Amino acid sequence: MLLSITPYGIRKIILEQSKRANVGHIGSALSVADVMAALYCGVIKAFRTKEPERDRFILSKGHAALALYAALYLRGFISRLELDSFCADGSALGVHPESSLGCVDFSTGSLGQGLSMAAGAALAARLQNSPRRVFALLSDGECNEGSVWEAAMFAAHHKLSNLTAIVDLNGQQAFGYTEEVLSMTPMAERWRAVKWDVIEADGHDVAALAAALAAPPADRPRVIVARTIFGRGVEFMEGKIKWHYWPMSDEEYALAISCIEKLK
Amino acid sequence: MRKAFIDTLVELAERDPRVLLLSGDIGYLALEPFIERFPARYLNCGVAEQNMLGVATGLAEAGFVPFVYSIATFSALRPYEFLRNGPVLHRLPVRVVGVGGGFEYGHNGITHYAIEDVAVMRAQPGLTVISPADYLQARSALLATWDISGPVYYRLGKDAKTLIPGLDGRFDRGRVQITATGDDFLILAMGAISREAVAAAEELRAKGLACTVAVIAEVNPAPAEDLAVLLGRFKAVMTVEAHYLNGGLGSLVAEVIAERGLHCRLLRRGIKDMPAGFSGSEEYMNRSCGLDRGSLAEAALKLAGRGE
Repeated sequence: MLLSITPYGIRKIILEQSKRANVGHIGSALSVADVMAALYCGVIKAFRTKEPERDRFILSKGHAALALYAALYLRGFISRLELDSFCADGSALGVHPESSLGCVDFSTGSLGQGLSMAAGAALAARLQNSPRRVFALLSDGECNEGSVWEAAMFAAHHKLSNLTAIVDLNGQQAFGYTEEVLSMTPMAERWRAVKWDVIEADGHDVAALAAALAAPPADRPRVIVARTIFGRGVEFMEGKIKWHYWPMSDEEYALAISCIEKLK
Repeated sequence: MRKAFIDTLVELAERDPRVLLLSGDIGYLALEPFIERFPARYLNCGVAEQNMLGVATGLAEAGFVPFVYSIATFSALRPYEFLRNGPVLHRLPVRVVGVGGGFEYGHNGITHYAIEDVAVMRAQPGLTVISPADYLQARSALLATWDISGPVYYRLGKDAKTLIPGLDGRFDRGRVQITATGDDFLILAMGAISREAVAAAEELRAKGLACTVAVIAEVNPAPAEDLAVLLGRFKAVMTVEAHYLNGGLGSLVAEVIAERGLHCRLLRRGIKDMPAGFSGSEEYMNRSCGLDRGSLAEAALKLAGRGE
């Protein structure tokens, strides 16, 4: 059965699996549920296995892997059995994604590394005269890493127009609000300064995201600065630092499920 | 070594369009033969080594064989975690080229001394670590390994003239290369400093101590079988490396001796303390760490029970 990829479906899996496995990173995954839906609804030419001419997707904010697993499951690339092994001993589906899965292009988890790999993948496509595109999803806290800007400068210098990055601008990082930890404001201006094409979008508007993803500019890489709400869809998690790490109690899980039903 | 390496890389690039060369804004008067022959396959990535390793990872995943080039400290240490989570974790054919192991950057001082690179590199499973002893061996090692499936670290010297007597450019994967034979004492050496080890062995022979000398160029995976056979034949061995004592060749040999239960006394010659606050020519720095031929010969005589 082909399941449809909806933000609701992704959020439901995020909640179900994080509850079953009793792990955190729930807020970070909920933050990008709409972005993942937009990407995997048809923008990315993705496959179950590593077809050479597939588009590449790099979840540079690897701690949101559950949102990726949800999309891959709904797309039919991983089985229910595999999904239900999330965080089990010996499972290929850990808190951070690994490329041992046929449908995961690059292993991530250490912040600040994905955009460089994405730039290399984009350069490879150009050298091979391939129409492949490359997508990388970063967190705003991740942009603290200087290596993000090394990669950003490189991609702009080489006019890698086949590269599209999305910054999940939820204003939070592990231990505080980005504005208090290490301000990245104004995020969009920073990317413009390093010569990227910048689109600012509502990170929960799938249609707007899909439009911004669909038509890249011809002469430079594009970044979509996606304004998001951490924990989006579960009101008691929204904007709360606690939900970077905490797992849910039974009561919180029941409440969370009822919250996302409203978004259905 | 780097000249022979680049010349050989040009030959390989002629044969295989997958070969690319990336530089961290380093390589003046070294990389030009490649750049002139293959301008579209060369990329100066700027002073951004982390990104260079990440870019190489993306290129290799798509089927290229990228060589990333810088001074060893900058290609091996600065982007170390990018190497670990990129080419090593994904088992991709990225080649990290580090120029100037040990004190080769002499007067430039400690920031330019790669003296722990082998230790951190050989800790990574699946990362082949190669430290040739002279330029002919650098060429052979490159020809033997450029196309292997996983990542490689090449630790290259700058010396384009000195040849290790008895080595004849030999390199065989998984083997040590014996350059001299003698029954009294064993000397094992890694990298360009092998020239001092070999010279020390000649001094020792003149003084009646006949040494077997072997060069260990492929440090990871370790040539453990060859080493065990050699070490089993001697009561004492001296390892020589332009590298901190911890984690390099001496440590590797200690592992083999201990794990095989061999009765061979080990003397590790290398760099004991952080060489900070002073610098000098490579020769001066080697001498200050007891890595010159005279000091090595003296140490060997003492260990062999024939010293003053």
